[in-house]
Amino acid sequence: MKNFRLLWDFMKGNRLLYLASIISIGIATIFSFLSPLVIRYTIDTVIGGNAANVPLWVINIIDSIGGAETLRQKIWLCSIAVVLLSLINGIFTYFKGKWSAVASESIAQNMKDMLYDKLQNVTYDYYVKAETGDLIQRCTSDVDTVRRFLSMQLVEVGRAIFMLIMAISIMFSLDVRMTVVSMALIPGIFLFSTLYYMKVKDSFLECDESEGKLTTVLQENLTGVRVVRAFARQQYEREKFDEINRDFRGKVTHLISLLAWYWSFSDFLSMLQTGIVVVLGVYWTVSGHMTLGTLVVFTTYEGMLLWPVRQMGRILTDMGKTSVALGRIKEILDEQLDEDEEEGLKPDIQGNIEFSHVNFKYENGKEVLHDITFKVKKGQTVAILGPTGSGKSTLMHLLHRLYDYESGSIKIDGVELRNIDKKWLREKIGIVLQEPFLYSKTIKENLKMAKEGVDEDRIYQSARIAHIHDVITSFEKGYDTLVGERGVTLSGGQKQRVAIARALIKDCPILIFDDSLSAVDTETDAAIRKALKERKKDVTTFIISHRINTLSEADLILVMEEGRITEMGKHETLVNKPGLYRRIWEIQNTKEDILTA
Amino acid sequence: MTTFQEQEYSKKIDLNLWRRLFKYVIPYKKNLIRLTMVMVAVGGIDVIFPLMTRYAIDNFVLKGSFQGLWIFAAVYGLLVLAQATNVKLLALNAGSIETGVVYDIRREGFDNLQQLSFSYYDRTPVGWMMARMTSDVQRIGDTIAWGLVDMVWGFTMMVGIAVVMLTINVKLALISLSVVPLLAIVSVYFQQKILKAHRKVRKINSRITGAFNEGIMGAKTTKTLVREKENLMEFKELTLDMFNSSVKAAIYSAVYLPLVVTLGSIGTGLAMWYGGKAVMLESISYGTLVLFISYTIQFFEPVRDLARIFSEFQSAQASAERIMSLIDTKPEITDTPEVLEKYGDVFQPKKENWPEIKGNITFKNVSFSYKDGEKVLENFNLDVKAGQSIALVGETGSGKSTIVNLLCRFYEPVSGEILIDGVNYKERSQAWLQSNLGYVLQTPHLFSGTVKDNIRYGRLDASNEDIINAAKMVNAHDFIMKLENGYDTEVGEGGSRLSTGEKQLISFARAILADPRIFVLDEATSSVDTETEKIIQDAIQKVLKGRTSFIIAHRLSTIRSADRILVISDGKIIEDGNHAKLMREKGYYYKLYTNQFMEEQEKEILGKTNI
Repeated sequence: MKNFRLLWDFMKGNRLLYLASIISIGIATIFSFLSPLVIRYTIDTVIGGNAANVPLWVINIIDSIGGAETLRQKIWLCSIAVVLLSLINGIFTYFKGKWSAVASESIAQNMKDMLYDKLQNVTYDYYVKAETGDLIQRCTSDVDTVRRFLSMQLVEVGRAIFMLIMAISIMFSLDVRMTVVSMALIPGIFLFSTLYYMKVKDSFLECDESEGKLTTVLQENLTGVRVVRAFARQQYEREKFDEINRDFRGKVTHLISLLAWYWSFSDFLSMLQTGIVVVLGVYWTVSGHMTLGTLVVFTTYEGMLLWPVRQMGRILTDMGKTSVALGRIKEILDEQLDEDEEEGLKPDIQGNIEFSHVNFKYENGKEVLHDITFKVKKGQTVAILGPTGSGKSTLMHLLHRLYDYESGSIKIDGVELRNIDKKWLREKIGIVLQEPFLYSKTIKENLKMAKEGVDEDRIYQSARIAHIHDVITSFEKGYDTLVGERGVTLSGGQKQRVAIARALIKDCPILIFDDSLSAVDTETDAAIRKALKERKKDVTTFIISHRINTLSEADLILVMEEGRITEMGKHETLVNKPGLYRRIWEIQNTKEDILTA
Repeated sequence: MTTFQEQEYSKKIDLNLWRRLFKYVIPYKKNLIRLTMVMVAVGGIDVIFPLMTRYAIDNFVLKGSFQGLWIFAAVYGLLVLAQATNVKLLALNAGSIETGVVYDIRREGFDNLQQLSFSYYDRTPVGWMMARMTSDVQRIGDTIAWGLVDMVWGFTMMVGIAVVMLTINVKLALISLSVVPLLAIVSVYFQQKILKAHRKVRKINSRITGAFNEGIMGAKTTKTLVREKENLMEFKELTLDMFNSSVKAAIYSAVYLPLVVTLGSIGTGLAMWYGGKAVMLESISYGTLVLFISYTIQFFEPVRDLARIFSEFQSAQASAERIMSLIDTKPEITDTPEVLEKYGDVFQPKKENWPEIKGNITFKNVSFSYKDGEKVLENFNLDVKAGQSIALVGETGSGKSTIVNLLCRFYEPVSGEILIDGVNYKERSQAWLQSNLGYVLQTPHLFSGTVKDNIRYGRLDASNEDIINAAKMVNAHDFIMKLENGYDTEVGEGGSRLSTGEKQLISFARAILADPRIFVLDEATSSVDTETEKIIQDAIQKVLKGRTSFIIAHRLSTIRSADRILVISDGKIIEDGNHAKLMREKGYYYKLYTNQFMEEQEKEILGKTNI
């Protein structure tokens, strides 16, 4: 139930609309109950000539148009009344339909927007751990479960309650004894539906599971088609699929047989209830306790009452599902945001960087960086070398404030990094990730997104520097090629180069290449770096790489092992010292010797 | 992410298609007959209930007599009982038809999928096939069974009511039902609109799902580009679009239902007006009036349903077209009737006639191009002796994979022929070739189930001992024993609970168990740690021993130990020989080898790199 509080919060802004929608259905219900009364009056008083058992104000209205006698001459007035009541009922039903749709759809819209916004703004760490499939399910089908509940069931509950109240009060005013008879089986039917749906839930679940298995077998067969063919296992696969296909058929048949039992029994109860009303009604009418019109009213109401009562069972089970869905949505919305705690500074960034005694641990307590100290001047190039897991990428992530360091200090142009506004900082530091992501838009849109409204020349210029311009123009649609469109798949290296071009669109004083030239061949790598240098001299650049050519040209080389800087300096210095750098240098320079050996 | 063009389907009723679909119902014709009978009974009883009321009014109430009331009550009770029984029978029979038809179509679709050629799989996304086999089939089953229920019930009831009304009083009947044609037109119109609106909603919905997917997958990049706001703006456009379309769809329903109710009430009003006058003139009885009023209310319910069923049948027809097109697709690679006669098909192989295979392979003037016209091989010649191991080396797109695909007969040459032991492989069955062929993929594919199940896939009648021996041979036994339940450990969907290296070892064990004469290995480029790498290398050598083998190789040690290395470029063999010979030639292979050597050395020190 706690989750329904959340629902109440979500409904904010639409609560009035909901209220209006529930009131509309209330009014519609009242009018739908009135037309049987008109029919009754017509049968009993207008046609039958019996004294009317109706409230005084109704008699007054009828008298004002000439009394029952006039109506007798003009029965069509009664017919018009029936149609009018129905029309008013219809108009309010329409409003209910429209308003509840507007309310529930706009709540669903808000929920999706909120979820999307949240998922864009949670901490970096969250994406490392995230399970995409599960998240998407929460954002789509769970939201839809809630939406369905809001648009249909919630209002239905309102209607059922209105109906019960209306029916009971009108029926009581007409005939107390008959009312008791009319209601006799209703609690039973209600209880039976509810208990039944609770019981049959497991069977629904079994069907879902079996269907899931069927899907898995099918999917594995289709994706593994090469294995199936390679071992000529078609017959085996056929049997496997047949088994699960049969199992699913059995489960569904079982569920239907349960439903068949339910439907027939609840139909039996409902029809029996109507039968009792008819037989006892006839008995009392014959013995003069009731008029014929009243009998007709009671049989009509009975039919109107039974349906919502039978629906209640299903609504209650669906409420359970809605509560679970709300809980799952809430988990996402409760995630921590990647925001500055206080208003951050927005200093002018030149590109002088100083790390001193920086330490960093992941949440699980694993130490990733230890006592990192170095200094970079504006315009310098820093190259970083180190084995997998040595903390190179993490070091760059700290600079981008994707994670925040624990102790020590990082200063950009003398300002403590932690005090700088995250988004401001990220705008100023261009980073190309190891596995860059391209959106399923055109290449041009992908490039443009780094800076809205950038002119075309700038785009082409950046693409040329990244050595991707010629590749792009060789595509049939050039820059308007959709990424991922059939037939045009960019290779890993091409993706990296598009991502580099994207980072170059903005004029960042600091650039980071997180191993982002690894899938590019050596010559292109060198050409890109050369073009970068020519473009702008005073950009502070970080390059993670294992190519000696790349490393040796840097102003400062950092060698990292197990979270520490183990070697630091220029190429000439490091090459003359035993260590990781020299070993790599030897491998890349002495291949001739190895080969001839 | 590839987008696959969905075909547009016609909206006209396609009788041929329905005739074909009806064939799937024939096995359940007993259920069908029973169902139809039950539905007629249900509709009939629904017509009788108001007649009962009329009888009660005219015979008890108006005459003021109790005579026969008990019999009346008993008859009423019996009708109730009969109707309840009918409801149960209808659900059971409709259920049998639904589940049966679904089961049969799925089985047929699956069988065909097992025979379709790879060219079909290459151009058809798995998701597309999945949708045909799951939701489309389900929709057909639902519509055939339950649509029929609603239709027969609706028609019976409408016809029944109309007949009874006409029998009792023609004029009153015609007047009461005069709004029906209008109602029918309104219903069909609105149902079409509603169906169309819902289709649009579903389309936008799948775009929203895509946007969420991209939002999460690209979140890291979004953060570094500080694009959060812009992305949200774009996303909001989608949700706004969704809101507008959904509300539009809802409004159609919101207008339609009240309209039906109001039109229905006109019918009731008319019945009351003319009926009332008639009662006063004593030309009809009180009971008849009440009967007509009930009937007018009752009559309009099925009209509403029928309109809905009509649009459901339309969607079902689209589903049927899709699934039938899948069932109708013919495999491009087929065995000739003579071959099938002699060697059997994949489902019923005649193994007793299968010739022994040695493993000599010849490509004779083989040319091949893909459907889109892209030429891959032209006049390709190659002669491989039994037991030789061949390493294929070359860049992506050079034609290595095509050679292997042709050898496995996943594709067939456009011209030229491929001989196995001197005989064109088209003269033998596909099952024969593929049973003698081991194929280990670059990215190993495992099925859900236990480790043991997965290894046994290589030879279904293998004993547990055979399985353990195969695992031991490829050094997989040790890690398997360390798993939670040893050989009975569940590997998860697609083998997700195992590491890439472990999956590779299991796929080797699977191949070894099959003991093929010809072995094809598409070597993985994905990186594993050095330790596992050594184990895998060792396993590969064991698997290759004594078999004719083709390896699309990426690792130096694998390449170096091959009997023959073929360097492929643009569909041609540019260098051919063993390692020592090619190194002396100092050509493409030499360059490739030296670069690779360097990278492997580095990898030892730096761990995983992205090459």
